[in-house]
Amino acid sequence: MTGFDFSNYNRNAALHAKGVPLPKATSTGTTIVGCIYDNGVVIAADTRATSGPIVADKNCEKLHYIAPKIWCAGAGTAADTEFTTALISSNIELHALSTGRPPRVITCMTMLKQHLFRYQGHIGAYLVVAGVDPTGIGLFTVHAHGSTDKLPYVTMGSGSLAAMSVFESMWKPNLDRDGAVALCAEAIKAGIFNDLGSGSNVDVCVIEKDKPTQLLRNYIKPNERGEKERNYRFPRGTTAYLNQKIISKEDMRKYVSVEEASGDPNLMEVDM
Amino acid sequence: MTTLSGQPLSEAIGYSFSNANSAPHREHSFYPYTDNGGSTLGITGSDFAILAGDTRSVAGYNINSRYVPKVFKIGGDDETGDGAHIVLSVVGFAADGQALKERLDAVVKMYKYQHGKPMSVRACAQRLSTILYQKRFFPYYVHAILAGLDEEGKGALYSYDPVGSYEREQCRAAGSAASLIMPFLDNQVNFKNQYIPGSGEGHALEPKKAEPLPRETVERLVRDAFTSAVERHIEVGDGLQMMVITRSGVEEIYYPLKKD
Repeated sequence: MTGFDFSNYNRNAALHAKGVPLPKATSTGTTIVGCIYDNGVVIAADTRATSGPIVADKNCEKLHYIAPKIWCAGAGTAADTEFTTALISSNIELHALSTGRPPRVITCMTMLKQHLFRYQGHIGAYLVVAGVDPTGIGLFTVHAHGSTDKLPYVTMGSGSLAAMSVFESMWKPNLDRDGAVALCAEAIKAGIFNDLGSGSNVDVCVIEKDKPTQLLRNYIKPNERGEKERNYRFPRGTTAYLNQKIISKEDMRKYVSVEEASGDPNLMEVDM
Repeated sequence: MTTLSGQPLSEAIGYSFSNANSAPHREHSFYPYTDNGGSTLGITGSDFAILAGDTRSVAGYNINSRYVPKVFKIGGDDETGDGAHIVLSVVGFAADGQALKERLDAVVKMYKYQHGKPMSVRACAQRLSTILYQKRFFPYYVHAILAGLDEEGKGALYSYDPVGSYEREQCRAAGSAASLIMPFLDNQVNFKNQYIPGSGEGHALEPKKAEPLPRETVERLVRDAFTSAVERHIEVGDGLQMMVITRSGVEEIYYPLKKD
């Protein structure tokens, strides 16, 4: 594994000492949950990504692929969850190839925690790891500092308290598939509506024994935007300009291939 | 070790009193303000003014309540607000907003009792500025907007900073989503950056002239501004409260917003 590039460290430290603020990473103020059931495990997440109080992405994906039957829900710094899961996914595949066996959830969890512990919390990834392997059903949480938990139902992220309140009041042993999916979706909804860091839609992933994994993208969409009341199309020529240069399609064809688009050529993408 | 002065050197006795009280002292602090988020917006027309605000109150990532009004009738009946002809919106620190509204309400009522006539919006606007500046060094942590009808019956809107600087305007957005809403208003109310197509070449191109908009259009603009702010700002949502001030009084309209 190659490491991180620290070549700008001294320069940035000097800059920071002079009062230049550090860049702010996109934090996915998030609700993520997981719950095991009699024949598998379900994980779910909301789809809002924030940067301070601004919604950066209204429909992002927080459910990450590790292996065909191991998936991960990520909270914390968006880039860290993305790259950490991608790295472990890659190493898990190599491991599976070299051993010739399907990868185990506990292996994945151990690789994640060892990686995160080495970076002493500076990699801000908070994960829910879930999957099915030859040893059975696995569900874990992994914190950025490297601590882990193994529980029948888990929550993480800024909406974890809202989500956990649903689990603590409605969870019961020996749930079936539909019961687990409904419970996880309900927990995510509690996060969406009661935590400002979470919002938009519910994504669900069901990993079941002897069945292909089902990723239910936008399983529930409880926050669709209504129609706007006014039309904001401007008449052509509304924007001022100081000069114009027209390049004909024939001239363009000398350098790139030009294809005729279907539909009204006067309409912009946003109008359609 | 002995000295002739009769006083022992501090090194000689091995201790000193100068550091006796230098136990690590803790600095205590108390910050009396919180930001309760939300946004407000006001637009005037030729014979009306609209003041609107969302009804969510937040603290950090938590929602305190989904219905805490930010727009208030001033100088009307205590319970119903009947008879009011001035409306105030306050956004920022909700407790200060509440206190400011109570104070202005009392001032407008006292004016009527003492002078036997309702306070004009212009007078009320100047008085609000004075109230804010009186607390120059412990300010009301709010952005206030005052609306009503002027002496000619035209829509009047005054916006304030927390320490009383104010200005009469055609439209103004305040609060956490002000930076999202204000450019939209500049473009759609004052027609900024819009030109009349084909009216000239280069610098001769004629800007589209701003003129007062009809009430129906303004109401739609306000709703679009808020539904859009809800999409991109986490502190705005739950409900939209609109106050429409016309010659026949103040009309209150509630419109639900997304709750995520």
